[in-house]
Amino acid sequence: MSDRIFGVIGLFLSAFYVWQATLIQESFIQDPVGPKAFPVLIAIVLAAASLVFVLRPDPAPHWPAAGRLFEIAMSTALMIAYALALPEAGFVASTTVAAAFLSWRLGAHPIASIIAGLTIAIGIYVVFHLILGLSLARGPWGF
Amino acid sequence: MDVLSSLGDGFVVAFTLQNLLLALLGCFLGTVMGALPGLGPSNGVAILIPLAFTLGLPATPALILLTSVYYGAMYGGRISSILLNIPGDEPAMMTTLDGYPMAKKGMAGEALALSGIASFVGSFFATWGLVMLAPQLVKVALLFGPAEYFALFTLAFATLGGIASRNQAKAAFAAALGLGIATIGVDGQTGVPRFAFGEVHLYDGIDFLVAIVGLFAVSEIFVFLENHRGNADADASKMKIGRVTPPLSMLKKTAGAMSRSTVIGFIAGVLPGAGASLGSFLAYSLEKKVSDKDGTFGKGDPRGVAAPEAGNNAAAGGALVPMLALGVPGSGTTAVLLAMLLALNITPGPLLFQQNPDVVWGLIAALFIGNVMLLLMNIPMVSLFVRVLLIPPKYLMPAVAMISFVGIYGISGSTFDLMVMVGFGVLGWVLRKLDVPLVPIILGVLLGDQMEKNLRRAMTISDGDWTTLFASPLSIALWAFAILGFVAPILFGRFFRVKRREEDIGD
Repeated sequence: MSDRIFGVIGLFLSAFYVWQATLIQESFIQDPVGPKAFPVLIAIVLAAASLVFVLRPDPAPHWPAAGRLFEIAMSTALMIAYALALPEAGFVASTTVAAAFLSWRLGAHPIASIIAGLTIAIGIYVVFHLILGLSLARGPWGF
Repeated sequence: MDVLSSLGDGFVVAFTLQNLLLALLGCFLGTVMGALPGLGPSNGVAILIPLAFTLGLPATPALILLTSVYYGAMYGGRISSILLNIPGDEPAMMTTLDGYPMAKKGMAGEALALSGIASFVGSFFATWGLVMLAPQLVKVALLFGPAEYFALFTLAFATLGGIASRNQAKAAFAAALGLGIATIGVDGQTGVPRFAFGEVHLYDGIDFLVAIVGLFAVSEIFVFLENHRGNADADASKMKIGRVTPPLSMLKKTAGAMSRSTVIGFIAGVLPGAGASLGSFLAYSLEKKVSDKDGTFGKGDPRGVAAPEAGNNAAAGGALVPMLALGVPGSGTTAVLLAMLLALNITPGPLLFQQNPDVVWGLIAALFIGNVMLLLMNIPMVSLFVRVLLIPPKYLMPAVAMISFVGIYGISGSTFDLMVMVGFGVLGWVLRKLDVPLVPIILGVLLGDQMEKNLRRAMTISDGDWTTLFASPLSIALWAFAILGFVAPILFGRFFRVKRREEDIGD
């Protein structure tokens, strides 16, 4: 069943892709095939493969239970939040929080995970910024 | 000999203090990454590319660092295979079959030493194979026009799907998805934006490093979260090593296995799309057919340890041949190395050998040096790497995640790129669940631009006549191989695939 749904999504994706390809503005500089032909070729392959999924699906994979899916969604949200927080709160603070959260969710004791978060953040800061001179996000406190 | 003098020049390039230190660092990191389950060669190299890039390393040192990591990972994978029965990376899967039983018999030290030597033999001769074969392939590649290149790229995708995946349709889907992602951004030929949806960040296209790190490294974190495998599987009491020297008689007994496997592995590596996993699989299967007369394979036969290790290391060297000579990678990790070259504005292929011989030969010399370093590191110092296995993933994976973010943020300083990377991570996780291979996606993202450019160039030359794609004997041959590579596994692959699935369940 998963494969069938996946195939239908693939078909929609290729239809959307072709539709977007037809909207590409042609330029006055032109070669014989133009910017639309290659995307259309790709869309054909995409659609053909998706059709195979719909007609001959593989056995469904073992999807995790709702709780695990929620866990993955939370971690995704955390990583997005981390990306947004980096320029605002600086590298060390945001990384401590993000790394602590991840190690907590991977099964570390809350206190151990806070220590792990701090160690990871400061470790990366020392190695990559202080020793190797990579520029990391600077927050209000300069680190 | 022309080749030997070029190689000599290469050693001059590689023998600087900085390059030697980078090779040493790369070998060490690579072995660690290979040994840790969950950090394979592809995502290891993928995380390091943006770092090498932002640190401003020039092309040759950066390549030396990353190929040392690549070779190192091939060595490291065996450690957890033998001690824990968990392959540290995919190519080391076959090593578990005889390596773990050997360790259970109390011969862990011998198994580690023997597999270290087998790894050395495999990669040493494969590097010689690279030296000999790559310049020959370059001569062929000089005959390639745009139409032939287009056919060659198609061949790479077709064989990659045919060999590396269980379902051709899924491999084709993955390749098309990757190529589709590559078309996002301003079209290089006519200057019009495509699929950018008015988003300024997308005009540049999607940086392939962002896609690679997202698909490989970030999705790996989701896999760990899903399975809640936060605790180390390692248990210090299980890891008694003992003496780390193989008896001479064992070396003599396995010499045949090593040499056969090296040849098989190298050939498997050179074929586009096959890579190290297939190399070790074929090497083990062949050795089992040739030598398993008393039914000792699978019960801790030293030949069953030597064969897959020589095979996967030889394949790792072989996979560099098409990557350097044609610009078409032979495996997932070499695809990632190709990304490195492209990020440094170096286009591999015949011109690389003419315009940047120092890069090519310096790299090859560094492989020889790295290989010796790896042998020295992996036999006397193996217990050091064993200790690394005790780091539980609950602390390791967050660190990996954060380093991935640092690398990508370092390239562009853009929050948008980080979010795209997380998006690729989720996509990669879903696709892995659905058994869609990720390597064709990467290859598509990397090669899409070149593939389209060559197609359109061929069309411009022929003034829009599509038959030009099949006009020369060379291109017809390439198309024939592409079709064969795609169709043959559907017809004959049942046996092979069923067998592989059994091995999967076995671990």
